[in-house]
Amino acid sequence: MSARESRNAQPPASPTTSDAWPEPALLRRLLRAKDRIDAASHEAWPVKRLAAVSGVSDAHFARSFKRAFGIPPHRYLLTRRIEQATALLRDTDLAITDIAFATGWESLGTFGRIFRDVTGRSPGAMRVDARAAMHRLDRVPACVLKAAQRPDLTCAVLEKRRGGGADTVEPSITEAS
Amino acid sequence: MNQGINVAGVYVDDQDEALAFYVDKLGFRVHTDVRNGSYRWLTVQHPDQPSFQLGLFTPGPPVHDDATAQTLRAMVAKGAMPPLVLSVSDCRASYARLKAGGVEFIQEPIERYGSIDAGFRDPAGNGWKMIQAPHGTT
Repeated sequence: MSARESRNAQPPASPTTSDAWPEPALLRRLLRAKDRIDAASHEAWPVKRLAAVSGVSDAHFARSFKRAFGIPPHRYLLTRRIEQATALLRDTDLAITDIAFATGWESLGTFGRIFRDVTGRSPGAMRVDARAAMHRLDRVPACVLKAAQRPDLTCAVLEKRRGGGADTVEPSITEAS
Repeated sequence: MNQGINVAGVYVDDQDEALAFYVDKLGFRVHTDVRNGSYRWLTVQHPDQPSFQLGLFTPGPPVHDDATAQTLRAMVAKGAMPPLVLSVSDCRASYARLKAGGVEFIQEPIERYGSIDAGFRDPAGNGWKMIQAPHGTT
């Protein structure tokens, strides 16, 4: 058995042994779940689906993901959707409604509200600003630049506001923190 | 060229596994593989780029204490190391070939402003972008 195989070996099922997990091997599997969100942030990512990617229990996944990456998986997903929406606003002429649905939101109202909450600007204003700023950044590889413009989402964002009434949206995943 | 960057390295958790990945899957060549006790200086080269060596280094003694080595391994495993860029002439063809060879791609080829990029990770967690420059540029 190679060093990696022994580090990746599944521990016994007993929960009391979970502290004995080799940390880098677990992190590598959590990274795989994060990569999957990155690759398809428009899809729904319930904890169960992410936990399966990482090969850990649902409860263990949410806790471990937050410990590894600093924010809960649900909130990480929002940052990726907003990053993607910002790129589409800047790089395409798609209507804002189309961008909302293309990036995984199920309601235009929810998209607009969360987008403003996180970026401080409406999607329309972001389109104008992002296009104006583009010429200064054309020496950075586009794929790296896109990630660098991801919002820093360290505070909670409510997908549904109390009394908001009109918006009905199924949370893509349940935030466990 | 006598002056310039000659070696830059990445941290990996398992040098044998990294060697198999960079040589057998990516098509790099071994430049230097020298051991001194538990220490192993291992560098590989892109076949088209003889002036540059990519080091595949393991955190650990004698360079790092245990806590530092553990931290470095964790940083690599959670993808926190700096981006690496591999320049290719045909991103989609390279993607198809490497994916068939078992490379863990994290992003399919995407065209942006005429360049095409895809993303993959080495077994340790280091993230690579594979970029095809737009026609007429370098």
